[in-house]
Amino acid sequence: MSQYLLSIYQPDGPAPSAEFLEPIMRDLDTLNQEMKATGAWVFAAGLHPADTATVLRPKGDEVLITDGPFTEGKEHLGGFTIIDVEDLDAALDWGRRLAKALTLPVEVRPFQH
Amino acid sequence: MTGPGSASGDSAAGDTTESIARIYRREYGRAVAVLVRVFGSIDIAEDAVQEAFTAAVQRWPSAGIPPSTAGWIITTARNRAIDRLRRDAAGEDKYAQAALLHSRTGEASGMAPQDLLLDELAEEAEMRDDTLRLIFTCCHPALGMPARVALTLRLLGGLTTAEIARSFMVPEATMAQRLVRAKAKIRDARIPYRVPRGAELPERLTAVLAVVYLIFNEGYSASSGEALIRDDLCAEAVRLARLLVSLMPDEPEAQGLLALMLLIESRRAARMTADGGLVLLPDQNRTLWDKELITEGQDIVRQCLRRNRPGPYQVQAAINAVHSDSPSAEATDWGQILTLYDQLLQLAPGPVVALNRAVAVAEVRGPAAALGLVDGLDLAGYGLFHAVRADLLRRLGRFREAGAAYRDALGLAGNAAERRFLEGRLLGLPEGD
Repeated sequence: MSQYLLSIYQPDGPAPSAEFLEPIMRDLDTLNQEMKATGAWVFAAGLHPADTATVLRPKGDEVLITDGPFTEGKEHLGGFTIIDVEDLDAALDWGRRLAKALTLPVEVRPFQH
Repeated sequence: MTGPGSASGDSAAGDTTESIARIYRREYGRAVAVLVRVFGSIDIAEDAVQEAFTAAVQRWPSAGIPPSTAGWIITTARNRAIDRLRRDAAGEDKYAQAALLHSRTGEASGMAPQDLLLDELAEEAEMRDDTLRLIFTCCHPALGMPARVALTLRLLGGLTTAEIARSFMVPEATMAQRLVRAKAKIRDARIPYRVPRGAELPERLTAVLAVVYLIFNEGYSASSGEALIRDDLCAEAVRLARLLVSLMPDEPEAQGLLALMLLIESRRAARMTADGGLVLLPDQNRTLWDKELITEGQDIVRQCLRRNRPGPYQVQAAINAVHSDSPSAEATDWGQILTLYDQLLQLAPGPVVALNRAVAVAEVRGPAAALGLVDGLDLAGYGLFHAVRADLLRRLGRFREAGAAYRDALGLAGNAAERRFLEGRLLGLPEGD
């Protein structure tokens, strides 16, 4: 079995309305339940918006601290799920369903083992 | 001694070297496919098969070609790989240890090649499955298109990295890096070595066929450079399509693609003038068309029609079969071609298909009707769009606009033969409006 990180990318800006999010969160919950039932689910988390992030950067002996996310851009990591499955095809299947449920792009990346 | 690629003075040995080159083309891909399964590693499989062919070049000219060349190559490759892996594993190489373990797992489940060699039928069936597994791995949608093409040519066609780099006009180092990166992704992201089943098969097969057709098209009308036709890529694409048809006889689109390429290939000799100029279909000398390829292509199209499970490649093949049927350009059954384009547009909607359909409309209903359709298409970045528009405007006597459209087409032309053709058309326009 191999572990994969499914990263969810979401656009910056104000959070969508509750009416918009409600069915999405319900679909996500169903999907998480199914991942758990099949033993694929390892961990999942949603993150606060990227403007709550702080970056630490080593420079010589010091570490510089800056406000904001590491990468510039209009989209940032919004959450992630870790799964443990047979191979990439299985990971892509879950990733596809996650992307559909969230209506957001998902990056699938293998763990080193 | 006779090294790889160097024929000895003895003519029998020379013949053997010839045969080995043919056997290499035929057996390389399936030998790699079997060994990838045995060792779970593409790199180990490639090295082992190369080594086995080097041994064949040394031995076969004097010892003679063995009755089962595939069996000899696979057994030799497997034994040499195991010898080397044992040496490496003793030196604590964890990849070698893993590969050895993988090969023993295969033996335990009765899948080792030496068992299979006892039963030729089982051996053949397993080899076919392995070849399909390798095809679907090379053409996995998680790999970029250039990587899929390179891997397919390298692992299934046995082309060298240098040959693939030359074919696609990229530096050899770039192509080598592309292959290394693709193989690393297969290994690290764990792209599985299996044939997709059930609901996922149609989409995955479409991806495989697209790779094969891209290889053919790159060979047929090179997107850059001076050579219009690169024979080896076309031949390899046709070989791959034949392989797919034999491995997946129940997939009519694989047959459709094979027929399509055979029918296009049949016009090769008529497609260029002696000095490398492009000759369009209506102006081609049809006596130069290859009748054997046409017969084979048309037979396949007829089989597809009887199956009645149409798809885009089958319909394109049928369109080409209508052209091949016609003794002259004037006698072409454009009505039938238009009907087929209507079907194609339903199966595979898109502006490029609509553009090709408009060419048929021009023949059936005249250039004015076709121009109306063409002008509605959003294809300004596509050279053929401007060339078709230019031709329709020329036929309507709107020469100034035709000239502008030919110049637009010239700006987007991919190779020298196309450019020369378009320049000829531009110069041939009468003065005035």
